[in-house]
Amino acid sequence: MRTDDLIAALAADGATSEAGPTPPRGVALALALGGAAVAAIFFAALGPRHDLAASGALAATAAKCGLALLLALAAAGAALRLARPGARPGVAVAALFIVPLALGVWAAVEFATLGAAGWSRRLVGTNALHCLMLIPAFALIPLAGLLAALRRGAPTRPALAGAAAGVAAAGVGALFYALNCTDDSPLFIAAWYSLATAMVAGLGALAADRLLRW
Amino acid sequence: MRTHDESIEALLRAARRGDAAAYRRFLAQVGKALRAKIRPALARAGRGNAEVEDIVQETLLAIHLKRDTWSEDRPLAPWLAAIARYKLVDALRRRGLSGAAPLDDVIETIPAPEPEPHVDGDVRKLLDRLPERARRIVTLVSIEGRSAAEAGREIGISEGATRVALHRALKDLARLYRSSGDAH
Repeated sequence: MRTDDLIAALAADGATSEAGPTPPRGVALALALGGAAVAAIFFAALGPRHDLAASGALAATAAKCGLALLLALAAAGAALRLARPGARPGVAVAALFIVPLALGVWAAVEFATLGAAGWSRRLVGTNALHCLMLIPAFALIPLAGLLAALRRGAPTRPALAGAAAGVAAAGVGALFYALNCTDDSPLFIAAWYSLATAMVAGLGALAADRLLRW
Repeated sequence: MRTHDESIEALLRAARRGDAAAYRRFLAQVGKALRAKIRPALARAGRGNAEVEDIVQETLLAIHLKRDTWSEDRPLAPWLAAIARYKLVDALRRRGLSGAAPLDDVIETIPAPEPEPHVDGDVRKLLDRLPERARRIVTLVSIEGRSAAEAGREIGISEGATRVALHRALKDLARLYRSSGDAH
């Protein structure tokens, strides 16, 4: 087929657009529906921690959930940008760094108030294994939706876009897991939530390397 | 890419409003620019025009299938350059070539009008790998220049069904291009 012939075929197809939601709409749907599905499973199988009403627990849980939500939204924004050829990283990628920064500040505040004594106990916590299993398990649901939404896009670095989708999905998983987890130290979060997030990001990158090529 | 008379951004905008003639001019101009950039990259690797044309076609197909990812409030040049670079790097990698010139300035170049060389690459055979009816539809609207409605009448299906089948055939073709060149 000559290129001019191909162009004629493409022009004849010019009025036909892809079926399904556009990437921004698809990503929003994946976050909303994925979040709802994770919420249903979470409240049916696990539920929030029993001491949620205790002083300190509520504030710490709110902080954890807030950071998880921020991470999910910023990473979803970054994934969307990565799915648009030629787009600059922009605000969404900058917002990703707010989360580790906030964790650092939180850790500094904890050191200032509690001192260094017992830091290793706070770091190891009591739920590390739970954290490493439940966040990725929850994250699988939104991750599938996010990857499906990004297939309509055109990521020139598919693995990176998949990693961003993985971070966003881990944020959704962490948002719910944090409601149950009684480890409130920023040291615990920096270690175990981050490791869980990295696992999902790696999975997202691997899957995207196959699914998001175009 | 700046052109003598009309900007390709204006052409693609018009194409989105349903102007098929503008879309053809857009694709033809982008194809020319791609050819001018891809040819030296392949010549350095000792590859000829047939493969250049294969990559031009694969890139045009990608631009077509992903044209929704350009939003009209953003500049078109970086979008086109990113797609061209992605497809060229991928095509070279599949052929076991690498280290070709980056395509950063692909769209800034005003190509001297270059006719499409009369070559048929391996990709010509890709059309033969489509299912019978899909190949028929693509052949009718491309090589024979029919409209979707005419092509549909010819094979006895509705215009809508023809459009759906054509779109699917082009996506299949894009997938075939993507796996072509592996054998080199």
